Amino acid sequence: MSEPPVVAAMPTVAHDAHHEELSFWRKYVFSTDHKVIGIQYCITGLVFLLFGFSLMMLMRWQLAYPETALPLLGFLGAERMPGGTMLPEFYNSLGAMHGTIMVFLGVVPLAVGGFGNFVLPLQIGAPDMAFPKLNMISYWCLFLGGVIMFASFFAPGGAAQSGWTSYTPLANIATTGQTWWLVGMVFLITSSLLGAVNFITTTIQIRAKGLTFWRFPFFVWTQFVTAFLLLLAFPPLESAAVMQLMDRLLGTSFFLPSGLVVSGQVLEVAGGGNPLLWQHLFWFLAHPEVYVLILPAMGIIAEVITNNTRKPLWGYRSMVYSLIFLGFMSFIVWAHHMFMTGMGTAMATFFQTTTMIISIPSVVILTSLIISLWGGSIRFNTPMLFAIGFLPMFGIGGLTGLPLAFNVPDIPLHDTYYVIAHFHYVVAPGTIFALFAGIYYWFPKATGRMMNETLGKIHFWGSFVSMNVVFMPMFIIGLAGVSRRLFDGGATYTFAEPILHWNVVSSWGAWALGIAQIPFIFNFFRSIRNGEKSGDNPWQATTIEWAAPSPPPHGNFAVAPEAHRGPYEYSVPGAAKDFQPQHEA
Amino acid sequence: MDIPYAEEVRPDTGLTNGKIAIWLFLASEVMLFGALFASYILIRTGAESWPRGDTLLDVPLATFNTIVLITSSITMVMAWASLMRNRFGTYRIYMGATILLGFVFLTVKYFEYSHHLSLGEFPSTNNFLAVYYTMTGLHMLHVLGGMVVNAYFWGPGATLWKTNPVWFTNRVEHSGLFWHFVDLVWIFLFPTLYLL
Repeated sequence: MSEPPVVAAMPTVAHDAHHEELSFWRKYVFSTDHKVIGIQYCITGLVFLLFGFSLMMLMRWQLAYPETALPLLGFLGAERMPGGTMLPEFYNSLGAMHGTIMVFLGVVPLAVGGFGNFVLPLQIGAPDMAFPKLNMISYWCLFLGGVIMFASFFAPGGAAQSGWTSYTPLANIATTGQTWWLVGMVFLITSSLLGAVNFITTTIQIRAKGLTFWRFPFFVWTQFVTAFLLLLAFPPLESAAVMQLMDRLLGTSFFLPSGLVVSGQVLEVAGGGNPLLWQHLFWFLAHPEVYVLILPAMGIIAEVITNNTRKPLWGYRSMVYSLIFLGFMSFIVWAHHMFMTGMGTAMATFFQTTTMIISIPSVVILTSLIISLWGGSIRFNTPMLFAIGFLPMFGIGGLTGLPLAFNVPDIPLHDTYYVIAHFHYVVAPGTIFALFAGIYYWFPKATGRMMNETLGKIHFWGSFVSMNVVFMPMFIIGLAGVSRRLFDGGATYTFAEPILHWNVVSSWGAWALGIAQIPFIFNFFRSIRNGEKSGDNPWQATTIEWAAPSPPPHGNFAVAPEAHRGPYEYSVPGAAKDFQPQHEA
Repeated sequence: MDIPYAEEVRPDTGLTNGKIAIWLFLASEVMLFGALFASYILIRTGAESWPRGDTLLDVPLATFNTIVLITSSITMVMAWASLMRNRFGTYRIYMGATILLGFVFLTVKYFEYSHHLSLGEFPSTNNFLAVYYTMTGLHMLHVLGGMVVNAYFWGPGATLWKTNPVWFTNRVEHSGLFWHFVDLVWIFLFPTLYLL
């Protein structure tokens, strides 16, 4: 900790009056500016999304053409793909790491770290986060966690192979990669925890004058609730990670039952542990984690939809109440992931009931978003296309979850491709579409330039079509009963024969989805320098972030903004223009 | 650039940033230890047999340690109260005592651990010891962390007192809140592991 600076007694929003020249390292690498940190999170998140997606594209080859050599990839080494043919162990690593990376290093850093850090302080009219140094530390914890996860591919025996859920006792006896995974997770958890403390404090304390909670944009509300989920749901996984590390390194038996037989040998441990304990602790985190993935996405969608329908958000208050209720309920539904464990029907009944209840606020939010479109004169720009695409995709994801929420229909569907299709509809064409909408929407604020609309539309339609080609067949494959864990996609099972061709379709969809991202990547880098100049408020939006210059300088606002009205005053009857910014008196 | 409400309270919330942050952090700590206590209950209720704590662990020593930690909580409050009364010299004495008591706690813990290890009682021996080492170990790390922060405010960090006494007092208060929490965890750990 360095010497705390001497500060003036009055709470002032500092401007750039005394502009200190910072070195390159302090300005771009170890920066404490929330905007730089937000962009660091965004770029890290995008890079890991691409990396995690590449792992999946490799897996899709193996699933479509089992044990066929992929000649170009011999360079991955004889211990992974000898002659280009994938080894089962490597396939397992790819599966485990695809999930881990997409969730903890892709979507969360982008949705919470990236958008939360960049947009939230601007939307509440703050000069920065409450704890800038803590903010920097939380980014670097994430970065370290990411490096450890990536490096685990080179550990003896490869990266973690026990699925992104790391179920015990399998994970207890797995190769070294699992230890790396656990250590990496401890860093990622610490990062989220510090970030969550910072977000909540910033939202409560640093909001602008006049910005009461009921004047928050919906995005701020979603980040606020998400931060509570991160704060309270992550620590139990940290405990669980510590216990699994103890099991693996010091030979304790937290998760090892007595008399466990591994490769024909009874394991020489004290025993008496409980493998289900891991599942409880893991899902106690990982179910709220699902809402960490989806809530910021809903926030982005709400911003984009109101802006482009030029209408207030329909049912703002009921959406906020639903959001808070959703956040609360997400802590008491976790065991619906565990209906197959034999935990008993009384428990299953409780958890299926709470799961049914939690679907109500989700439906309220989605319905409000759809009704918000009603009667609007919609501008079909790229962010809006992604936002409109989100609605039915998330709807499909949500509705297909209902059979999984019930104890009885879950039994045949559990651990099949149906589950994969269900949650990918929520997270991939759901959350990731929302993240794309957010990138197109706030890119002008971050860079002062617009992204190209034509390339954006190509990106949207390419992604929209291929996402459905990837995931729709998985419902069919899953309903046929094919397990999600099979290394050959079911090729060695007679019952799977009638649906095997859908594996090929799904794989080609995945590769097409990869190609559809090329216009985005090109557009992103090209627009940083050559995009059309945007001005401060290119979308004629009402929320406070658009009062700052684009890109905002250190300290954000020239004059501390004040909120005079609610967040979405579009098309007010009798007003001179069709939007009334919050910060204009 | 100055962050508002780092030292003075925000009028409508009545809180400083640090005060909110430390309580949020403590909430997450409750979940961390809560998960461990829950795991302990689950493992113990599922076990065929479970030793009573006092048959394996040294109760008088732990009682002594409990008294040490509770006393250190008192000296911590006194340190903060001295700052409130503008008595920096007294603050140094009480803060020093708090750190010293933390050190006594760790020393006793060291003898406890080495005694068990010398008897061949390792974390891998049985799940009672696994729980014992994990929970007290994690608690010990928290004691260590609290001592590091307190030592900083006793030593180099104390220069802030000269330039900004209000802020310094707040920071000591936050550090104290953490210290009380660590103490509280022990008050739960002691009966759970040693007496039940």
